[in-house]
Amino acid sequence: MTQKFQQDVFVRTVEADTLPPPAKETGVMGWLWRNLFSSMMNYSSFGLSFKSLLMALFTALFFYIGFTQIVFLIDFIFVSAVWSDPTGIKREACWTVTQGGALPDGWHAACWPFIFAKLKFVIYGPYPIDELWRVNLTGIFGLVGLLWVLLSFLPYRKQVGIAMLTVYPVIAFMLLTGGAGKIDLLSSSSMILISLSLITIGRLSKRGFLGIILQEFANIIGFLGWALISYEVLMLLLSIDFGLEPVGTGDWGGLLITLVVAITGIVVSLPVGILLALGRRSDMPVARLLCTVFIEFWRGVPLISVLFMASVMIPLFLPEGVNFDKLVRALIGVMLFSAAYMAEVVRGGLQAMDKGQYEAAEAMGLTYWQSMRLIILPQALTHVIPGIVNTFIGLFKDTTLVSIIGLFDLLGAGKSAIADASWSSPVQAITIYLFVALIFFAFCFGMSRYSIYMENKLSKSRSH
Amino acid sequence: MNKILMAAIALVVGAGAGFVVGKGEKEVVEVEKVAEKSASSTMDAVKAKGHVQCGVSQGLPGFSNADDAGNWTGIDVDVCRGIAAAVFGDSSKVKYTPLSSKQRFTALASGEIDVLSRNTTWTMTRDTQLGLNFAGVNYYDGQGFLVPKSLGVKSALEMDGANVCSQTGTTTELNVTDFFRENGMKFNLVAFEEADAVVAAYDAGRCDVYTTDRSGLAAQRTKLTNPDEHMVLPEIISKEPLGPVVRQGDDQWFNIVRWTLRAMINAEEMGITSGNAKSKANDNNPAIKRLLGTEGKFGEELGLSNDWAMNIISQVGNYGESYEAHVGPNTPLKLARGVNELWSKGGILYAAPIR
Repeated sequence: MTQKFQQDVFVRTVEADTLPPPAKETGVMGWLWRNLFSSMMNYSSFGLSFKSLLMALFTALFFYIGFTQIVFLIDFIFVSAVWSDPTGIKREACWTVTQGGALPDGWHAACWPFIFAKLKFVIYGPYPIDELWRVNLTGIFGLVGLLWVLLSFLPYRKQVGIAMLTVYPVIAFMLLTGGAGKIDLLSSSSMILISLSLITIGRLSKRGFLGIILQEFANIIGFLGWALISYEVLMLLLSIDFGLEPVGTGDWGGLLITLVVAITGIVVSLPVGILLALGRRSDMPVARLLCTVFIEFWRGVPLISVLFMASVMIPLFLPEGVNFDKLVRALIGVMLFSAAYMAEVVRGGLQAMDKGQYEAAEAMGLTYWQSMRLIILPQALTHVIPGIVNTFIGLFKDTTLVSIIGLFDLLGAGKSAIADASWSSPVQAITIYLFVALIFFAFCFGMSRYSIYMENKLSKSRSH
Repeated sequence: MNKILMAAIALVVGAGAGFVVGKGEKEVVEVEKVAEKSASSTMDAVKAKGHVQCGVSQGLPGFSNADDAGNWTGIDVDVCRGIAAAVFGDSSKVKYTPLSSKQRFTALASGEIDVLSRNTTWTMTRDTQLGLNFAGVNYYDGQGFLVPKSLGVKSALEMDGANVCSQTGTTTELNVTDFFRENGMKFNLVAFEEADAVVAAYDAGRCDVYTTDRSGLAAQRTKLTNPDEHMVLPEIISKEPLGPVVRQGDDQWFNIVRWTLRAMINAEEMGITSGNAKSKANDNNPAIKRLLGTEGKFGEELGLSNDWAMNIISQVGNYGESYEAHVGPNTPLKLARGVNELWSKGGILYAAPIR
C-alpha cells in the first residue's frame, strides 16, 4: 500500500500584510520598555539578574524620591499655601492654631501675602513710590530692546543693538537717577574746543600737512578728540534737567540693583574681556605683560574681597567728606572682576582656533584688526559660547555678594524683609527665599536656553 | 603756512588745557575745604546736604527695619528722625544707610554717615580706640536664653552639657562661653551664620537652648512653630547698652545727638507726648517750658532753634511712645519695659535735666 502525498505548492502573488510591531515596541508600552524596563528584565544569568534587580531598585527609589519631592513642592507652593490676607491681619494669616492663628497645626506651606506686601520692596528697594514709573519705563525699554536684538527674525537688529549700547544707557541713567547732573559750562565748552582742535589736527596730520611724525599718530589724535567730545556731549546731555526728582543710588534696591549690577557687568565684561584676551596673546611685550598681570591679579582675588576693599578700604584712603557712590564702587569692582574671567574664556576660544586660520587671514593681506574681526573672533567666540554664558550666569548669581557691602540686592532686600516682625512666622524666611530662588532661576534658565539656541544656530556646521 | 597753522592750533589747545587744569586745581581746593569743614563741623555739612545721613541695621525687628512700603521704622530709626527734627524741624529729612556690623564703624569714620544708630553695644574698646563717641543709651539689652518648656529647666545653671544654638561672629558666642566656663559647666556650641538658620535649627530640636540678646529672642520667638512651648530663662549673662554713635572730635554734633535722646526721655518723664506737646508749651511747670523752648535759649546753645525739642516730641514722640510703637507689649516683639523704664518707675533711664 502506498500512500500518496499530495503536495500543494503555493506561490504567493500578493505581498503579505505587514504585521504590527510587537506590543512592547510601540506606544506607551514601548516607551516604557525602552526607557525603563529594558535594563531590569534580563534574568538569563546570575550576574544579569543581579544587575536587573539593582536597576529595578534604583528606578523605584528614584521615582519615589522625585515624586514625593514634587508633590511636596506643589503642595508647599500652591495647594496648602496661604494666598490672601483679606482682613489685613498680616502675620496671623500664616499662623497655626497653637501660634494664635486659624490654620491647622502642622501646617507648613508658603505665605504669599507676605510676598505681595513686600513685592515693592523686593523689586525696587526703597525707591520712592511716586517715581516707580521711571524704573518700569527703563525696564520696558530694556526688555523691548533686548528682545528685538535677540530675536533673529526682526528687522533693523543691528541698529537697535547699537542704540541699546549707546542711547539706552544714557536714557536709563537719566530715568533712574533723575539726570540734571551738575556741570561747569565754561570748562566743558573749553573741553569741546580742545577736542574739536584735536580732531582738526588729526585730520590735517593724516593728510600729511603737519609733517611725517604727526602723520604716524594721526589716528590716535583723532580718536582722542572724538572720545573727548563724546564724553563732553554725554555730560552735557546728562546735565539736562527734565524736572525729574533726583533719586540717589542709596534709594535703589532689590531686583533693580541686581539687574543694574549684572547687566553692567555683562555688557562691559565681554568687550573688555575680548581686548584683554587679545592683549594677552599679543606680540607686543608691554601689552602682553599688562594684560597678563591684570587678568592674573583679578582672577587671584575673590569677588567678596574686591567688594570689601571697594567699600571699606577706599573710604579710609580718601579725605573725610569726599565720597563716591557705593554702587559705582561695587560696579567698577564687578566689571574688572568679570572682565578678567571673560578674558580667559575668550583666550580659550582663540587658542582652540587652527593656526591655519590666522595664517590664511594674514595671507589675504588683512590687517590685525580686520583678521580678528572678520576671521578669528567670529569663530573663536562661537566655540566658547557655553563658557561665555557660564560666566554671565555666574556673574548674575555673584551679584548677591553686593549685599555684604550694604547694597540691597534682591537677596539682601529679601533678607531685610524677613526682619519685619509684623510678618514673622515660621514660614516667613522659607517663603521669601523660595521667591528669590524662583526669580534667579527664571533669569539664569532664560540665559541658558538662549545660549543653547545660539549654539545650535551658529554651529550647525560643527554640531555633532 | 603749515607751521603757522600748527602754531595757532597749539596755542589754542595749550590755552584751553591750561584753563581746564587751572579749573581742576580750583575744584580740588574746594573739595579739600569741604573735607576740612566736615571734619570740624558735621552740623554745617548736614545743613548743606539738607538731610541727616543715618546708619541703621540691614533689618532688626523693632530697632530698624523697613516696613511694607519700604520706610524705615524702629526705635533706632526714631533717634535719627529726632535728630532731623531737632536740626531741620522736619523729622522726614533723614536718609538711611543700611550697614552690616562689619561696615558700620568704617562708614561712620569715613564720613559716609553722620550718626550711627544701629543697635551698637557701648564698650570701652569702641569708645576709646575707634575714634568714636557714644552719645547715650536708647536700649539696655542683655544676652538671655530661650529653652523649650519641655526641657524642665528653671535656671540657666541647670544646663550642664546642653547643646547651645547661637549665631557666629558675634559677642553672644563669647559671652556664652564665658558663662559656662565660669559656672564649671560643659556645653556644645552649634553656631550658624544666619539668624534664621539658628531659629530653624532650634525649632527642629537640634539644640536645647537658643541664646542671643533678649530683644532678639523676643523677635525670633514669633518664628517658632509653637511659641508658647518655649520660655526665656531669668539669667541675663551680659550687659549690652545700645545707643547712637558719632565721630570723636565734633562736640557740637555729639551734643545734638546726646540731647536729642535726652529730650525724648525727659519728655516722657514730664508727661509730654506728641499729642499734647503743643498745648503743654505754656504749661506752668518751668522745666516743661525750658524743654519746649518757651523759656530760655537752650536750643540756641546747641546751635539749633529754641523749639528743637518741641519738634522732636511733636513729630517723633517721647521715648515711651517710641518704645510702645516699636518694641513694646502691643507689638510683635512684646517686650516689657523692664530696665528700660524711667528711673522714677523702677527702671534705669535717667536723663540729665535741661536747665
